[in-house]
Amino acid sequence: MCGIVGLFIKDPRLEPELGALLSTMLGVMCDRGPDSAGFAIYGEGKPGSVKLTLRGPAGTDFVSLAAGLGLPVAARDTHAVLTVPAGRETAVRASLAASAPEIAVVGAGERMEIYKEVGLPTDVSKRFGLERMGGTHAIGHTRMATESAVTTDGAHPFSTGADQCLVHNGSLSNHRGLRRRLEREGLSFATDNDSEVAAAYLTSRMRTGDTLGQALEHSLSDLDGFYTFVVGTESGFGVLRDPIACKPAVMAETESYVAFGSEYRALADLPGIASARVWEPEPAKVYFGNRLQ
Amino acid sequence: MSAHHAIDLATGTVRELNAALHALSPDTNQTLWRVSNPRGLHAIAAGVDAPVTIEIDGPVGYYCGGMNKHASIVVNGNAGVGLAQNIMSGFVHVKGDASQSAGATGCGGMIVIDGNASARCGISMKGVDIVVKGSVGHMSAFMGQAGSLVVLGDAGEALGDSLYEAKLFVRGSVASLGADCIEKEMRDEHRALLAAKLEAAGLTGAVDIGEFRRYGSARTLYHFHVDNVSSY
Repeated sequence: MCGIVGLFIKDPRLEPELGALLSTMLGVMCDRGPDSAGFAIYGEGKPGSVKLTLRGPAGTDFVSLAAGLGLPVAARDTHAVLTVPAGRETAVRASLAASAPEIAVVGAGERMEIYKEVGLPTDVSKRFGLERMGGTHAIGHTRMATESAVTTDGAHPFSTGADQCLVHNGSLSNHRGLRRRLEREGLSFATDNDSEVAAAYLTSRMRTGDTLGQALEHSLSDLDGFYTFVVGTESGFGVLRDPIACKPAVMAETESYVAFGSEYRALADLPGIASARVWEPEPAKVYFGNRLQ
Repeated sequence: MSAHHAIDLATGTVRELNAALHALSPDTNQTLWRVSNPRGLHAIAAGVDAPVTIEIDGPVGYYCGGMNKHASIVVNGNAGVGLAQNIMSGFVHVKGDASQSAGATGCGGMIVIDGNASARCGISMKGVDIVVKGSVGHMSAFMGQAGSLVVLGDAGEALGDSLYEAKLFVRGSVASLGADCIEKEMRDEHRALLAAKLEAAGLTGAVDIGEFRRYGSARTLYHFHVDNVSSY
């Protein structure tokens, strides 16, 4: 079991409350996934700049690290967001890898920031100050580990590319074989986690020219197992359930937002939910972009 | 006189509600219960064994009305997974949609769903009657042993897979039939049965019985036969 939540704000007046709303949704999903949690949030971005979300061991001095690189940084607990001119991204990544190998780059994009840690989801939200974050949309995950160890690396979301990430509820049965195939293509993995393989699979498909929607369509034939995926992108989020629809999913839409939850409970505290259109996404159907309607 | 009990789940717990409902005797005069702020919580009014009416004002989570005996339960909203799972008797009415596995393993009583039911509606049903005014998802009535599933809309893939003797009636289209499920002739006895189920669901005259098609078991799978070994 795991819990997934997602919230896409349509009414800009609600954007400052995005983090507070998502934090409540994540909190309700604690009992679906009490061992770790994470979220990706799409806030302010500066054209021509890339936000690198870094994760380091407790006590990492991100401020000095950023000062050394001459870059602005916003540190939050074990994570920090470094704002890098797009042209310097490769150089900064190389410099980090050489001078601070203990630092992992967990996400990159113009607007996306990713935070994840081991612990009760409500505590994880608090550590990173999710309630005070604003933005246009966010997705989150509460994990009950089944396929691999409870580690920060094993927590979701998993980055799949610039401004893209994946959260997964389920378990894949062919992830070992798929991992070997992807490793031969040159992808590398930080964990034994099956969801990381799904993320790498999507990354690989998109590298060969698929759109995210096409990559999700292909996953219906290439991924074996149970999954409800929610994929965050610069412009919103997409949803896909496996053809058997083993894992639950509920969506709701009002004039102000589109919301996703593993269960209705996660949506119950959203404003105006009583009059929202609530529906269950169909199996094996990609809800993405204009098909989210 | 009949007392009306109001329970607010914004302040009380499901455990308290269910404990109060479980304590009711068959001749209780506390016959009307109103539950507010259900907020998708699980197991609301599960395990009730008394002839009372329970009205739930809003969407419920998993297993609402599970194992129900004798009670009439009305949900003014959607229902989560496993609505009225293993219902024994009584009546469960959902005014919105129901999620997966509605009426799973139900042994008796009736479930009426005004909206759609998603996958596996009536899975392993053993005597319950289920009437869905909208459509049902894939694998509905999977391994259905007894009872009836009446669908006013469409049915998803693999309807009635590995069916035993549950009787299936669908007014709209069927995406595909599951293993050993076939369309069967609709004879007078089946029309009478369907009319009785629609009447019990309060739908007499609402739909034309002539628009339904009947599906049932070809009975080739459920007795072991070596020729069918690849299908088991």
